[in-house]
Amino acid sequence: MTQQYADGKFGEYGGQYVPEALMPAIEELTDAYERYVLENEDGFMDDFRARLRDFGGRPTPTQYAERLSERYGREVYLKREDLVHGGAHKLNNALGQVLLAKYMGKERIVAETGAGQHGTATAMAAAHLDMPCEIYMGETDINRQRPNVFRMRLNGSEVNPVTTGRGTLKEAISETMRDWATNVEDTHYVIGSVVGPHPFPAMVRDFQAVISEEAREQLREKTGGLPDAVLACAGGGSNTMGAFANFVDDESVSLYAVEAGGSSLSVDEDAGVAPNSASLSTGNEGVLHGARTKVLQDTDGQIMESHSVSAGLDYAGVGPELARLVDDGRVNAVNVDDDGALEAFHRLSQLEGIIPALESAHALGFLESNYEDLGDVVLVNVSGRGDKDLETVIEETEKRDIEAAPSLAEFSGGI
Amino acid sequence: MGDANETVTTETAANPELAAAFADGPAFVPYLAAGDPDYESSLKYVEALERGGADVIELGLPFSEPIAEGPTIQSAVVRALEGGMTPERFFEFVEELDVDVPLVCMTYYNLIYQYGDSEAQSASNASSAERSSADSRAAEPRDDGGPASNGPRPFVERAAEAGLSGFVVPDLPAEEAGALRDACDEFGLDLVFIVAPTTRGERLERIMSQVSGYVYVQARLGVTGAQDDVSGQTEGSLGRLADHDVPKAVGFGIKTGEHAERIVAAGADGIIVGSALVDIVAAGNDAGESADSVASRLEEKARELKQGALRGYEQRVPQAERT
Repeated sequence: MTQQYADGKFGEYGGQYVPEALMPAIEELTDAYERYVLENEDGFMDDFRARLRDFGGRPTPTQYAERLSERYGREVYLKREDLVHGGAHKLNNALGQVLLAKYMGKERIVAETGAGQHGTATAMAAAHLDMPCEIYMGETDINRQRPNVFRMRLNGSEVNPVTTGRGTLKEAISETMRDWATNVEDTHYVIGSVVGPHPFPAMVRDFQAVISEEAREQLREKTGGLPDAVLACAGGGSNTMGAFANFVDDESVSLYAVEAGGSSLSVDEDAGVAPNSASLSTGNEGVLHGARTKVLQDTDGQIMESHSVSAGLDYAGVGPELARLVDDGRVNAVNVDDDGALEAFHRLSQLEGIIPALESAHALGFLESNYEDLGDVVLVNVSGRGDKDLETVIEETEKRDIEAAPSLAEFSGGI
Repeated sequence: MGDANETVTTETAANPELAAAFADGPAFVPYLAAGDPDYESSLKYVEALERGGADVIELGLPFSEPIAEGPTIQSAVVRALEGGMTPERFFEFVEELDVDVPLVCMTYYNLIYQYGDSEAQSASNASSAERSSADSRAAEPRDDGGPASNGPRPFVERAAEAGLSGFVVPDLPAEEAGALRDACDEFGLDLVFIVAPTTRGERLERIMSQVSGYVYVQARLGVTGAQDDVSGQTEGSLGRLADHDVPKAVGFGIKTGEHAERIVAAGADGIIVGSALVDIVAAGNDAGESADSVASRLEEKARELKQGALRGYEQRVPQAERT
């Protein structure tokens, strides 16, 4: 297991950079995290695990990918988080936090969402646990992830459009923090990744650690040992930390956090735009959304607008623990651009019969370009399924010449 | 005028100017975002606030992610950033202002933290950009293994040189403020902390042991923004602070002279007003009004607020009872 950081710091990273109005709630949450999550008070973790199993559909399989293994000449295993209820790993965290809010006696849930995966997971968990729930989502994201908006509404959640800035995840997080600062006494903020002030990065990691806990055991059963490499995409980094947590202490296992290289790794300072979301690879230390971490920013410290074809990776920051693990040399920060991710999306769909989320496709893109360096047994975390991305994929595929892609144009008018 | 208000002393202030602003009756502390909607107009607006009776002026240095601000000040921040405001321009702005009252910089910690660190950043961005995304190679771990920033000291040093008197940093709770507190002590600047309605007990004591200049009493939960009524949470907060002899300035939601009067009558040593003034700037900007005309309306609003504060003070400490 990864270390517990009592002071909420990962070296220089982490901390609690939030308005004073939120600090008492954060102290209360820290206390609840320590008692219920770390010490299993009132059987909280047993309750959580039982719900993950019966409501969430865990454990998910670790599948031997036959044709990918053949293609790359090594054993490739897929951790199938796309099979979690809702279609992504996001439920692991959302269910944990909504349940914790319930144990804490909170009466209302707010959450931000980028791609809509965390929002839908939170809406499902809130319905399951009978908690009123409001989700903040950027307008740009609402337009590119419309099916997820309907899913949240169907589960009874309010969806509040955020129109500030470019209308993506960064603005949605800021707006949810404002709601929380206003309604802090009865409301819990279910943050969607290993970001934000302590205890969120540690707590979200602990809820997601079930991914690597299962995968480690399942791989041992199948191969008798540990993988040589673990690959996971990284935006904020919750599936990444979940996939890495139980391997961090195994020095023989190489860990790769695959970021969105977007359209370019260069930065347009004047426009305040970084056409990528590669905070670990290209960002600098800064303070964003409650934590000191690696951030896409200009030389003054203004936060840049990020970009990725995958809405779930489109964020200018990253979890502080990942930033620390990269500085320590324990985690390799790598990236795959939009083209590589789209190619990998089509490849997995055709070779393995699994339509991955565009986020997860980044991890699979790295496997394609770097398989020779990854050892004999490679574990890839398929963090979610790609149904939500179909419109984007059709649009983006038409702009490109992708070898493995079927013709989609002839049908796209009728969808 | 003598001072009968025994709860106000200047002991905790590192900067005598800021404390002095609270020494002679209630302080009116207006806020504007520097550079909203442009540099030249903004200079006139801030100077108009002094003519209207400001005792201290809080100047916002705009940050792209203002998580403590409501819609009014968020829009001001966007206008100021689009108008070209940067930390360096902000210091030039402060140097160019023709005002005699103390100025406090209100901004978010990342701008303070990054200042004076541009060389390290540009170098890092350049080396990162050289790695093409096509070959997706692993990034080299940093050889220094630690932060590249020099911390808050260069920003505070430059602020002192520009003539600022202190800081309010809404995303920096007392727990994380050690380095900034040290730098402020080194250069003789004040560090104002915000106390929320939810701040009680040990937290309150910890904050009050680090505060200097004045304490910013947040009148209600939520984000900044003008309200039609003044919250009852204010009296509770002032009550909890009664034993502390640092000036208490109440902000969040004060919109009219009447609000100012009630807040000061309830025990505040000062009032902080932002959104109600920013509204005037926004309306003038939307209507294409001249900067001079907007400035005169700001001066008028400032006078209304200041007069309200003075009436509230008269109710609490009648002239006849002052020694």
